[in-house]
Amino acid sequence: MFNRDNWTEIFDTISKNKLRTFLSGFTVALGIFIFIILFGLGNGLKNSFQEFFLDDASNAIFLYPGKTSMPYKGFKENRRIEFDIEDVEDIKNNFTLFTEYVTPRISRSALTRYKSQSNSYTTRGVGPAHQFVEKTILMKGRFINQKDIAIRAKYAVIGRLVAKDLFKAEDPIGKYIDIGSSVFKVIGVFQDDGGDREERNIYIPYSTRQLLEKGNDKVDEIIVTFNKDLGHTGALAFESSLKKYFKDKKSIDPRDPNGIYFRNLTDDLKQTQQFAVGLQLIVSFVGLGTLIAGIIGISNIMVFVVKERTKELGIRKALGATPKSVIQMILQESVFITTISGYAGLILGVFLLKNIGLKLEDYFIKNPYIDLSTAISATIILIIFGAIAGYIPAKRAASIKPIIALRDE
Amino acid sequence: MIQIKNLHKSYKMGTSSLHVLKGINFDVEEGELVAIMGSSGSGKSTLLNILGMLDVAEQGDYILDNVPIKNLNETKAAKYRNKFLGFVFQSFNLINYKTALENVSLPLYYQGIPRKERQQSALNYLEKVGLKDWATHLPSELSGGQKQRVAIARALASKPKVLLADEPTGALDSRTSHEVMDLIQKINQEGKTILVVTHELDIAQMCKRIVRLKDGVIVEDKKVKQVLASSYV
Repeated sequence: MFNRDNWTEIFDTISKNKLRTFLSGFTVALGIFIFIILFGLGNGLKNSFQEFFLDDASNAIFLYPGKTSMPYKGFKENRRIEFDIEDVEDIKNNFTLFTEYVTPRISRSALTRYKSQSNSYTTRGVGPAHQFVEKTILMKGRFINQKDIAIRAKYAVIGRLVAKDLFKAEDPIGKYIDIGSSVFKVIGVFQDDGGDREERNIYIPYSTRQLLEKGNDKVDEIIVTFNKDLGHTGALAFESSLKKYFKDKKSIDPRDPNGIYFRNLTDDLKQTQQFAVGLQLIVSFVGLGTLIAGIIGISNIMVFVVKERTKELGIRKALGATPKSVIQMILQESVFITTISGYAGLILGVFLLKNIGLKLEDYFIKNPYIDLSTAISATIILIIFGAIAGYIPAKRAASIKPIIALRDE
Repeated sequence: MIQIKNLHKSYKMGTSSLHVLKGINFDVEEGELVAIMGSSGSGKSTLLNILGMLDVAEQGDYILDNVPIKNLNETKAAKYRNKFLGFVFQSFNLINYKTALENVSLPLYYQGIPRKERQQSALNYLEKVGLKDWATHLPSELSGGQKQRVAIARALASKPKVLLADEPTGALDSRTSHEVMDLIQKINQEGKTILVVTHELDIAQMCKRIVRLKDGVIVEDKKVKQVLASSYV
C-alpha cells in the first residue's frame, strides 16, 4: 500500500490514460457536486419554510377569557371571565423570571377612511411589547411606546397593505385617518412575515381603545412570551403554573376546562418542526437518489475501465504479475482517483453553495448550506462504492487465464 | 531443461470434448533452439501455452529446470512465469501507453527490483536488441520489427531459463522476420534455451531442431542443419 514503487507505477498509469482518469474522476466529482448542491438547496428551502411559518415569536402563550362551566366557591356556572389591565401587571410582577414580554390585545373591526378611500380593517389595541411578540417589522416611523399608552395618544401604526390601500403612493406618516369615527395620526408603517392578513392590521395604544370604550380597563386577551431558556418542558411547566395562578385569581374550578383558554405556540412550534422534518426527509431522499446515481455512474465506469484493460492485465500476468498485485493496482488507482476528484467536487459544491446563497431568496431558498460531515460522508460512501465497483471486475480480470486475456482485442 | 511425459489436454466444447494433445513426450536440453511446427489445430499453441504455464495439462508430467510444474495456483504460476519464462507473442503484446524502456522493465518491476536498477538493466537489453535510441518511444511510434525486438528484450529482461516464442514472425514481412530470427539465433548462441512455434518452414529451418505435431501427437522430431538468418539479411 505504501510502497513508493507501486505509487510511481499508478501515477504513471493515471497520467498516461488521461481520458479514463478524467471519466472516472468526473463521474465522482459530478456526483458529489450535485449531491451537495441539491442537499444544500433543500436545506435552504427548509430554512425559508421555517421563517415563513414561524412568523410569531415561537415562545408566545396566548391567554383568552371564556365562560366557566362549573360552579366554584359560591359562584354559579356560566359566569363570564374578563381580563383587565391589572391582570397584565400581575403577570409582569409575579412571573418576572419566566417572562420576556407581556402585552394586552384588544381587537376591534372598524371602518377606516382616508380622504375618499375607505375600508374595514382590524384595529388592535396593544402595548409596546406587542412589536416583539408579533415580530412586527417597522418600515417607516416608529411603534407605539410607553408614553403613548400613558397619554392615551390617538396614534396608529398601519400595515403595509393598509398604507397601500388608503394612501396609494402618498407617504402616510403624519397623516390623519378616521378609524370608526375617531381621528388617529399615523406614526408608523409595518410589514410582517405572517402574510397579507397581518399586513392589513392597524395598531393603536390599548389605553386609547379603552378610552374610546367608555374608559374601562378591560382587555380581550393577554400575550406572554416566556424566557427562551425554559425550553419546551419548562414552557409547559410555566404555562401550567400560569393557568393555576389565573384560575385561583379568577375563582375558577381547577378542573374546569373552560373559563380561561391558553394557546401555547410551543405546541405549534412542534407541529411546524414535524413538517420541517418531513421536508428534511424529502431533501434526504433527493440526496440519497443523487448519491445512488453517482454510485451507479462510477460502477459503470469501473466495469468499463477494467474491461478495457483486460489485455493489459493479461500481459502483466504473463510477465509475472500475481492476481493480488493486479487487484491491488486497480483498487489503489480507483480509490486514488475517486478521492481526489470527490474532494474536488466537494470543494466546488460547497463554494458554489456559499456564493449563490444570497441570490436565491426570491425563490424561497434562504441560506442554503450543507454541514461538512454530511458532505464528507457522502464523498466517503462514493469512494467506497467506487472501490467495490472496481474490485468485482478486477477480481474477475485477475482470475482470467492470461492466455484468454491476451486473446482479447 | 524441459521434460515432458505423456501430456494430455482436451477442451470441453459443450457436450463433446476435443482431445487436443494426445500423449506428448519430449525433452529439451539446455541451449537448444527448437521449432514446433504443425498446421492449425495440430495442438502446437496449446503445447506452448502449457509449457508457458498459461494453461494446465490434464494428465502427464512437466518438469522445468528440475522443478515439477504441478498444481499451481495463479499466484505461484505468476511467480514461476516471472522466474523461468520469457514470452514473445505474434501480436507483440506491448503495453501501448508505456515507452519501450518501461515495457522492458515491467517484468523486473514484478521481481521487486528497485527502479534505478531495473531501468539500467532494461536499457542494457534494449541496447542488445539495437533499440537503445528508441527507449523513450511508445509502441505506436515503432515499426513491427522494432516492436518485436522490444518484446524480445522484455522477455530477456527477467533472465528466464527458457524463451517461448509463439509465431514471433507471424505479423512481420520476410525481411523483418529474418532480422528477428537473427536476433533469436544470437540469443540462442549465448546459451539461452528457446522454443519457437511456427508454421513457416523457412523460419523452422533457422532452428536447430524441428518437432512436428499432427492431430495432437508428435509425428516427427529431428535435428536439422541450422540456416543462419544473417545470410538473408
